[in-house]
Amino acid sequence: MAGNANGEALRVEHIAKRFGGITALADVNLRLAKGEVLGLIGDNGAGKSTLIKIICGFHQPDAGTISVAGEEVVLKSVDHARALGIDTVYQDLALVNELTVYHNMFLNRELVRWPLLSNRRMQRLARRHLEDMGVRIPDVDVEVAKLSGGQRQAIAVARSVYTDAKILLLDEPLAAMGAKEGALILDLVRDLKQRGDVSIIIIAHNYGQILEVCDRINLLQHGSITFDKPTSETSVQELTDLVVAEYRAARTRGLAQDPTPDAPRGGRG
Amino acid sequence: MGDTVEVAERVEAAPPGRPSRSILRRVGDEFLRRREASVLIVAVGLGVYFASAHPAFLTQPNLVNISRATAPTAIVAAGMVLVMVSGEIDLSVGAVYALAPFNMHYLVDYYSVPVIPAILLALLISAAIGFANGFITWVFKVPSFVTTLGTLNLVIGIVLVTSHAYPAPIPEQAAGRIQNWLGAADWSQLLWCVLIVGFFHLVLTSTRWGLHTVAVGGNLLGATEAGIRAGRIKIGNFMVVATLGGFAGIMDAFRINTIDPNLGGGTSIMFAAVSAAVIGGTALAGGSGTVIGAFLGALVLAELQNGMNLIGISANPYFLILGAAILISMIANVYLSRLRRAGRT
Repeated sequence: MAGNANGEALRVEHIAKRFGGITALADVNLRLAKGEVLGLIGDNGAGKSTLIKIICGFHQPDAGTISVAGEEVVLKSVDHARALGIDTVYQDLALVNELTVYHNMFLNRELVRWPLLSNRRMQRLARRHLEDMGVRIPDVDVEVAKLSGGQRQAIAVARSVYTDAKILLLDEPLAAMGAKEGALILDLVRDLKQRGDVSIIIIAHNYGQILEVCDRINLLQHGSITFDKPTSETSVQELTDLVVAEYRAARTRGLAQDPTPDAPRGGRG
Repeated sequence: MGDTVEVAERVEAAPPGRPSRSILRRVGDEFLRRREASVLIVAVGLGVYFASAHPAFLTQPNLVNISRATAPTAIVAAGMVLVMVSGEIDLSVGAVYALAPFNMHYLVDYYSVPVIPAILLALLISAAIGFANGFITWVFKVPSFVTTLGTLNLVIGIVLVTSHAYPAPIPEQAAGRIQNWLGAADWSQLLWCVLIVGFFHLVLTSTRWGLHTVAVGGNLLGATEAGIRAGRIKIGNFMVVATLGGFAGIMDAFRINTIDPNLGGGTSIMFAAVSAAVIGGTALAGGSGTVIGAFLGALVLAELQNGMNLIGISANPYFLILGAAILISMIANVYLSRLRRAGRT
């Protein structure tokens, strides 16, 4: 598929990023085809979060290039990346508990009849869109705080899709989630895949369930992609072996100290 | 206001088992779910109590007194709610309240600026102090409690140094119409207060600014990740509260007909505004609060002070009751919001 710019949603080449003395990303190369679901896995400290934050415009890389739909871009900010159709759903949930579902759906892209919010219109559209996506919640005007983890995650995903995201980054979508809730998210991803207008990168620490929905798996280790195979050609066992082997190798070299901490998350830093 | 209370009473009075019960219950639920409900009940309850305890309570001159005690606090509290909902606090607003009328006086009497532009400039300076509060808090990551503790003292220092701690008269050019419109006339303060409270209630509940204020206070990281410029929201709200503080200060100067550098060291109105906000259901941790609740909180404080004065209790226990009121309302808020969250929806 390489070289076929038409079928390519995202291409990342030779990305590097350092935080002070810590090299978070050494040399990352990654491509994402249109409509593809890519699983990006890696141990703690492999640089997953940093890579995601670069692709969504939050961090700027020290080196390397990013191309969206075949065109090279320099992502200046989250807003800029979003304008290009790249959107992220974070593990720690970007939803605001104190706000209603529909206000969250439209957060920072509110419909306004100046100077007031068009609440009715947002309610109607949010309701219809969530129904379309098969996300079931009591109602769009309940506070998000009242919903379950899975429902919140689903709303966050639905929000990204609704805002015309072409490339969706799901950061640990199944973290801290029960089997039933996780299934809700996986179904959502399957639905999106079937529609085929969104390309998805799923970042996961625990890859068991994730494999079900991914077309291809990339393994990130020590700041570079060390493994790239279609899901059909690999297995949980192989991936686990790779991670464990790497850990053992490092330990015998006496290098398995504390894992490199993930780069600080913005805002909390 | 009257309608809502009536509803609440009817709900209590409704005998169980009647067909109308469910409707009344739903109305009652809806009412109780509003964050302003509890403080409204307290405000009305206090009014009824003091009215029955002393005949002078409901006379027009006394109502004017209550309105004058409520208005400046409620105006400052309206801004304080925005700042608190966005997750910060402003301790310096009382100092700005003391400084603004002096700035007006300096501009008019020493620089021959006409009164209205002088007032606007004084408000602009207030806004600039708010900007400094927000800027230091956001850019240098100093907790706003500390930032504004610093500016509180700094601004009080400016007031005392420039005024030599002497009161100043209201500029002659302001006497008459302007002074009356801006605080001296019986109901002018209440009028401004209602306008400002109504306006900022709308801002907080029905505009992007308000929504983003809640978002920034409720989930700073999430709001930032959604692309909201949190710094802008927070700094803006600091500017709002400082401007309102300056405005309240100018109005109070007009009302008492002198510009006093020693207005409680600038802290009493700030504490009153924070108390009003908290009693009205605003969370110190950010993310939730209501401007109308804060207005009712200010009304409760004013009623307490005025009513106790009328029925001959000395002013001293006022603080006892204020303290208890803050504690009780906070506990009630925590409890009520848990009920709301459990919700019967």
